[in-house]
Amino acid sequence: MIRVENLKKAFGPKLAVNEVSFSVERGEVLGFLGPNGAGKSTTMRMITGFIPPTSGKITVGEHDMLLNPLPAKRLIGYLPENAPGYADMTVQAFLSFAAELRGLRGDARKKAVSRAVDLCSLENVLYQHIDTLSKGYKHRTCLAQALIHDPDILIMDEPTDGLDPNQKHEVRNLIKRMGATKAIIFSTHILEEVEAACSRVIIIDRGRIVANGTPEELKARAANAGAVCVRVKGVSSAALAEELRRVAGAGKSEVLRDDGGDVEIRVYPESAWTNGALTANIASLAAQKKWQLEQLHTEEGRLDEVFRSITLPDTVKAG
Amino acid sequence: MNAWTNIKAIVKRELGAYFSSPIAYVFLVIFLLLAGFFTFTVGSFFERGEASLVSFFTWHPWLYLFLVPAIGMRLWSEERRLGTMELLLTMPITTWQAIVGKFLASWLFLALALALTFPVVITVNILGDPDNGVIVTGYVGSLLLAGSYLAVSCMTSAMTRNQVISFIVAVLILLFLILAGFTPVTDLLSRFASPRVVEVVAAFSVMTHFEGFQRGVLDARDFVFFASVMGFALFTTGVIIRSHRAG
Repeated sequence: MIRVENLKKAFGPKLAVNEVSFSVERGEVLGFLGPNGAGKSTTMRMITGFIPPTSGKITVGEHDMLLNPLPAKRLIGYLPENAPGYADMTVQAFLSFAAELRGLRGDARKKAVSRAVDLCSLENVLYQHIDTLSKGYKHRTCLAQALIHDPDILIMDEPTDGLDPNQKHEVRNLIKRMGATKAIIFSTHILEEVEAACSRVIIIDRGRIVANGTPEELKARAANAGAVCVRVKGVSSAALAEELRRVAGAGKSEVLRDDGGDVEIRVYPESAWTNGALTANIASLAAQKKWQLEQLHTEEGRLDEVFRSITLPDTVKAG
Repeated sequence: MNAWTNIKAIVKRELGAYFSSPIAYVFLVIFLLLAGFFTFTVGSFFERGEASLVSFFTWHPWLYLFLVPAIGMRLWSEERRLGTMELLLTMPITTWQAIVGKFLASWLFLALALALTFPVVITVNILGDPDNGVIVTGYVGSLLLAGSYLAVSCMTSAMTRNQVISFIVAVLILLFLILAGFTPVTDLLSRFASPRVVEVVAAFSVMTHFEGFQRGVLDARDFVFFASVMGFALFTTGVIIRSHRAG
């Protein structure tokens, strides 16, 4: 539904977005991750047609956003960063205005407004001015505006920013629910959100895409992904390490704990393909040797580790 | 989906924005008080002993100098300050529809303010036997004058997110448009420059073109002048908005 090719945006001498290409299909929820100032918002602003790219191509549905913006914009619902709204309007008037600009008239408009109000639970503030709303309500009002025409494509810049944990949970569920039938892009720097709601993740750093894959694929890139932790009582660490080294598929290992007879060792696989097999091998070794096994599990790798290792400047990584 | 319905939606919203706060009412009261003050006190309506609204219309270029930028200054700077510009311009409308919609809404509001000066027309008709045709052309000219000022304010409003700066820059530009044809200035200028130069400079002034309307003369050139000021200023507004978005 959305195709972005070689997108570039320069602000003066600074390249904010550099050769970004990706695509999102219906039924996909794409999470945009990246440090502040990495170019997430700029990319979204270009996709929604707010700012023109320096070079590159954006296709929304079948329409080129640069050559034929109106039909392309019709397909998109957009929640900008900080959820702006006309301070002097009531929620009801604001949504009604948005519906009107979306070409909805009469009954269709009334229905669209009440559907969006239901979806974002805005019944209580319908006749309140937007500048008197709390941050959470303000955010949901702007989200309702983005959903008003039931768009095929939903683009949200930090949709859960400033919400309390319950509201965050609600918005995440909403995204997941809508993700089944729409193409969704949202940016965030909350990593658990990505794991909870995304089917795919793109990490942007200094204007470039540095990673693109499912959350599971990215997690597998963590240094300790696929490593096996073994905790055994009644052995010495040296002896256990020696035994583990001989297991098929085992690579390096490190001692995590050695409390005199309570030993925990992490074994890294020799190569990625031994995943799973390594755990099974260690389990059968433990049974054979009749170890007093306290714990045995495969580590998944954590997204924040991957994120940090990918996006930290090289100098910091080295240090 | 067509252009006109989009413009109408924006006009409705903008007008709503004026009247949802006390600003509109405060403005109307100040406008009417000042219009009355200029007509009766400064313009000595009664002492003239004439059945005409000359003393009413003469002051409009000066009256609008501060009042119109006060109405126009928020048009775009407010959108930029609140960030709603991003919402508005990612809607399926063109930038032109947004510009024209906002401009028309404010112009309608100024037209309403002008229409509320009707008691002065009644007064002069009771006191004497004025040429009502001249009064009508005076109103037409005044409306065009207000529209030109408004288009300039719209342009300066697009330049900045700060309404005060927008207001001051608009007043400065408008002051130039007034002074270029203000009699004391043209007199001064004619001492150094040839009459031809003075004429060219004065041709840029709203004073020169508003004069005909006050005398009941409808000259196509005056219409063209006001229309081109509005067209140019609104076009420039579009260019400014586009260049902001391009970064």
